Amino acid sequence: MSLVLEAVTGALEDAGLSIRDVDGFNISAGLERISEKFGYQCGAQYFWTGEKMAGPDAVVEAAGAISSGLCEVVLIASAEAGLYTDRGSSAPWTRPAHEFVETWGLHTPAEWALLARRHMHLYGGTPEDAARIACVIRNNGALNPEAVYFGRGPFTPQDILSSRMIADPYRLLDCAMTAEGGAAIVMTSAARARDCTTRPVTFLGGCFESWGPEYTNPPTYERKGMLGRRSADIAFRQAGIQRSDVDVLELYDNFSWEIVRCLEAYRFCETGEGAEFIRSGAIEPGGQYPIVTDGGTMSHSHTGASQILQRVIQAARQLRGTSCVNQIRDAEVALASWPYGVVLLGVADRADHG
Amino acid sequence: MGDEPGRPLPQASDLTSPHWSACGEGKLLFQECSACGQAVFPPQEFCPGELTETLRWKQSRGIGVVYSHTTIWRPQTPAFEVPYIVGDIELSEGFHMLTNIVDCAPDTVYVGMPVRVSFRPVGRAVLPFFEPAD
Repeated sequence: MSLVLEAVTGALEDAGLSIRDVDGFNISAGLERISEKFGYQCGAQYFWTGEKMAGPDAVVEAAGAISSGLCEVVLIASAEAGLYTDRGSSAPWTRPAHEFVETWGLHTPAEWALLARRHMHLYGGTPEDAARIACVIRNNGALNPEAVYFGRGPFTPQDILSSRMIADPYRLLDCAMTAEGGAAIVMTSAARARDCTTRPVTFLGGCFESWGPEYTNPPTYERKGMLGRRSADIAFRQAGIQRSDVDVLELYDNFSWEIVRCLEAYRFCETGEGAEFIRSGAIEPGGQYPIVTDGGTMSHSHTGASQILQRVIQAARQLRGTSCVNQIRDAEVALASWPYGVVLLGVADRADHG
Repeated sequence: MGDEPGRPLPQASDLTSPHWSACGEGKLLFQECSACGQAVFPPQEFCPGELTETLRWKQSRGIGVVYSHTTIWRPQTPAFEVPYIVGDIELSEGFHMLTNIVDCAPDTVYVGMPVRVSFRPVGRAVLPFFEPAD
């Protein structure tokens, strides 16, 4: 709870708002959703609560609530500590309990490895391509004083390929780490934001989706490979902008090959050309679409839901020009995502939406 | 850690218990719609095409090909001995099933590899593993 409070306090201070201004809550601590309890314990009366997990989905949900007048100031926060104690096993929130999955020893890396393997089979990417992605992200994080793995790097593709195998094609350094921490953001209407002391960023569009219950059904490419495309299409339609208008992609780097899958699903390149797109240098610092500029789950932190929210925070910092590392010069539009949701954020004077 | 938990065994529901029970008799059951013939797995309550409760259990031939695979070197829990191969099998009847591919060296498994079901006891259960068929 102390991490939640620290994150909440920081976000409100940054926004120049008080907890008394908040009339919408989406709060989680560890695996528990505590919006109602937290709102009550803050002394808030009669408030809106969000149900989506902290991150792009919660941002889309809150933006909808604010723009339709259900509430005016939404606090989204999540923190996690003390969950991962059994070092002999994979992290507890990554172990599925479903009868057609757990008995075969699947865990989260295995689930995503099956999808990556199929993609590589269909389109010819290689573990070397995956390693290049992990290098870009980890080297971004190595420069970030706020990253858990600050100073760890630089990595070469050979370093990634030399790390121990987890669930092939994924090696240790292709995977997210586990860590503890928290994150929070405040959202409000454009009108209210004009009175805030900070430099706000604007929600341009977003959407979330599902492919079905996770870690239950076979993750075939036909059912899961295009996860996020629908959300991206809708987000760009709402925002009225093109892919080429985006300056930075704060993608969710749970596993290296997910970057290829997302670039294809979101139509930043053609389906099947993601590996070639990576090789062109597009995702590297200075490339057309720099990704995961804070180091993401591989290097910055992986704190359950709060890291998903961190994608949004890093996108906002890029637009404010306050990224503590790898600042993209004059970034005007940023995409933040995780597998199920996509949001597009813009500098505040670019548009006047919700 | 004290008592190490074993491999998690299926917690069958009313819906899924026919499948797991049949494994004990050496039969691999999946669901097929009696109206449209669609094959369905994992088990569900209704046919996706008809939206009717017309799914009936049917015995699979138990042969298929590897659709995707991953060899696990970092186990889910210590109950699993590494390396083990997780496979997504595309059965000849058209449904997919997650399993472990056994009697197969990790560096020999490939997408498209023919496999067949191999029922093996694990604790008090019998589980449908798959093995190379070529």
